[in-house]
Amino acid sequence: MEIKKASTAGTLESSDIMILLDRGDNGIDIELKSSVLYQFGDQIRTVIEQTLLEAGVHNVKVIATDRGALDCTIKARVLTALHRAVETTDYKWGV
Amino acid sequence: MNKNILGVDVPESISGLGKLKAFNGKRFSGTAHEMPNIKNPDQRMSKIVDNLESAIHLSGLKDGMTISFHHHFRNGDYIVNLVLEAIAKLGIKNLTVASSSLTDIHRPMIDHIKNGVVYRIETSGLRGELANQISHGLMEVPIVFRSHGGRAYSIASGELKIDVAFLGVPSTDLFGNANGFSREGDNSSACGSLGYAMVDAKYAEKVVLLSNNIVPYPNTPCAIPQTDVDYIVEIDAIGDPKGIMSGATRYSTNPKELMIAKAAADVMEASGYFEDGFSFQTGTGGSSLAVTRFLKEKMIRKGIKANFALGGITSQIVKLHEEGFIRKLLDVQSFDQDAVDSTLKNEFHHIVDAHFYAGPGVEGAAVDQLDMVVLSALEIDVNFNVNVLTGSDGVIRGAVGGHPDTSAGAKLAIIVAPLVRGRIPSILDRVNTICTPGMTVDVLVTEQGIAVNPARQDLIERLNTAGIKTETIEALKAKAEKIVGHPNPIEYGDKIVGIVTFRDGSVIDVIRQVSR
Amino acid sequence: MMFVPGNNPGLMADAHIYGPDALMFDLEDSVKLSEKDSARFLVYQALKTIDYGDIEKVVRVNPLNTPYGKADIEAMVFAGADIIRLPKSETAQDVIEVDEWITECEKKAGLEQGSVGMMAAIESGLGILNVLSIAQASPRLIGIAIGAEDFVTDLKTTRSPGGSELFTARSMLVFAARAAGIAVLDTVFADVNDDEGFRREVETIKQLGFDGKSVINPRQIAPVVEIFTPTAKEIEHAERVVEAIKEAEEKGLGVISLNGKMIDKPVVDRAQRVLKMAIAAGVI
Repeated sequence: MEIKKASTAGTLESSDIMILLDRGDNGIDIELKSSVLYQFGDQIRTVIEQTLLEAGVHNVKVIATDRGALDCTIKARVLTALHRAVETTDYKWGV
Repeated sequence: MNKNILGVDVPESISGLGKLKAFNGKRFSGTAHEMPNIKNPDQRMSKIVDNLESAIHLSGLKDGMTISFHHHFRNGDYIVNLVLEAIAKLGIKNLTVASSSLTDIHRPMIDHIKNGVVYRIETSGLRGELANQISHGLMEVPIVFRSHGGRAYSIASGELKIDVAFLGVPSTDLFGNANGFSREGDNSSACGSLGYAMVDAKYAEKVVLLSNNIVPYPNTPCAIPQTDVDYIVEIDAIGDPKGIMSGATRYSTNPKELMIAKAAADVMEASGYFEDGFSFQTGTGGSSLAVTRFLKEKMIRKGIKANFALGGITSQIVKLHEEGFIRKLLDVQSFDQDAVDSTLKNEFHHIVDAHFYAGPGVEGAAVDQLDMVVLSALEIDVNFNVNVLTGSDGVIRGAVGGHPDTSAGAKLAIIVAPLVRGRIPSILDRVNTICTPGMTVDVLVTEQGIAVNPARQDLIERLNTAGIKTETIEALKAKAEKIVGHPNPIEYGDKIVGIVTFRDGSVIDVIRQVSR
Repeated sequence: MMFVPGNNPGLMADAHIYGPDALMFDLEDSVKLSEKDSARFLVYQALKTIDYGDIEKVVRVNPLNTPYGKADIEAMVFAGADIIRLPKSETAQDVIEVDEWITECEKKAGLEQGSVGMMAAIESGLGILNVLSIAQASPRLIGIAIGAEDFVTDLKTTRSPGGSELFTARSMLVFAARAAGIAVLDTVFADVNDDEGFRREVETIKQLGFDGKSVINPRQIAPVVEIFTPTAKEIEHAERVVEAIKEAEEKGLGVISLNGKMIDKPVVDRAQRVLKMAIAAGVI
């Protein structure tokens, strides 16, 4: 998948994460701020990275501001931002 | 043989009585509390001095001494900052500050630590930027954390010797009869009980009161009596009334907190201690406060009353007292305006000092008469050790308070906590800081299950008989981790920034610098 | 059945702990137009990941005549939703169209045909007038419900404490549900701080014949359960009725009586229903 434009998804509310995706050419480059950085920073990065790789994205700049989101929320926000960034409504559920 | 000033012959000594002193016309002894500021002690009519600087000077405060404060004004307190500012100007350094607690408003202390005025701190709690910087290694000597009972005990036993206590009071007369409210009308800065300050007043070498409200003599009944007071300074404001006292603490409307509170009340009902004449305490925190509401229904249903409620007194407790469900209130700290009003009007709302409340000495304290206590926790571990002091990031941001005192004293100590807060699980393999040892904790109540300390098989049996399901704390921990995952442990440096003492002053845990 | 706004990750993670019978994740009115896609992704991931136990997972989707309806249904069928709730149903055709699209989605997802259930919410005068044909429109339908806020707006009136404006509609809904042999659920009560008003309304709709109520706050669950749970007296009576029938059957008696009163079929049916409710509520 190719990022066509910068896009965001999510909010700064507690238990949510705000994901900003933009074009990048340096692999998956994640800038993470989190209220639970010390306990869960590694796990959050892994989820973001895996979600993008599974969707076939290899070069992207990610700015993530986390407020204690669970993995399923992180995944949902990344996918929302990604579909907005590539301007597609072909969701491929169940993949 | 001496003649006294009235011409009576007074023998120098009499066998069986020893030496006698002839009356010399002095109307005051001048030995119990010397007042060198007043040139002629015979004219001594008032302990009020011109300003804070002269009070500090008169108190004999010198480099290296220990000064103390109370935290009844909470986050509205002006006293600590005011006094430290004055002391700094006088050039006095290397002081130990022993406050019953410190909050976010005491941020200016950071500068006094940096410029050498404050060398060491003892407190029951620490919050805000001051706490943050201390966690990051601001101080050379670690903070000593003491529980309310532990602090009172260390002061009474002489382990913690206070040279000068600076105590803000919402009312005093010119001789130092002081109180947390006033019967003369002005209650704009009232705080109700002065339970923590009473201990300092009793045992400190010198006692300086600061008040915005000098009332006619005698300001009785009083929390701090004139016999404990040396000097009084009149100031414009002792604190911000909005920070000193909130309105009535309201019941939580948070459904999760209510769910926990209801489960805790169910545990209390089934525990075997819920009988006529029982006693209880609820700590701060939404769930713990809300327990009261469910207790009332249960008391009506069973037709029983409580003999006393202890501790931080809240609006809800006052209401139960006024409705006749609790016979007496023992109040070391009034949490809200309704509690303050109650200290003024309710005959059986009794103010107690921190030593009476929670001192660990063999003479016993009110906590030892307590049947049940409900306490909050930031973290609890599989051994039931509780942390109420350091956040999940390892930074100090709480207070030990009366947690270990009531937990040790009460027959049933219930900890209430949500299973997870956001993404942070409340149950860990080992809490970041032990404040209350697990051996004094009986039950953990979360919104997703109840775990009983395996040492209390009797309790497990009683709860199960009443139809309350219990599980192991390990099972609850696994439930939390299924939702949020397993957190990485916090990384600490080597430097010790705080030591946590148990009630008798022995060290229960150390807090290390967070390494970032 | 508790409402969970579809774009609120905080509530989604622990909505089930409050013990509702069903959770209704909302992709419709509680979600802004610009966030329809986020809510769909979020509910999808939540349903795939979070263990909601025995609680029924209902999703309120956007109507098919919006740009979101089809995608919502497809995603939720893939996510494993138990029931798709269709808002603003006005005719049997509305239900049939959704039914057909669900069938297609079931095929794509490799699910057995008919495994996903449906609920229809009626929110207009036209819908109420067509309620019987709506209730009988699809074998997928397990229940119907009324959405009062839109309904009273359609009627050009407002909600009142007594609920007289809803009386006829509620009763018609119950008639249709009974005729079709499906469940019937009442609308939400918006003022979460009015405990007494809420209890009154729950008592009213129980008396009208409703099977349950929709709630918007976990605090409303306990009163609903309490009011719908049979009392000890009701349970005792029901048990005696059931026992009396057994006895009569064993003795081969045609006419059954208890304490001198004849027990006929409706009495037996009611007793069995009381016992079923009591078992569901965990009181026997």
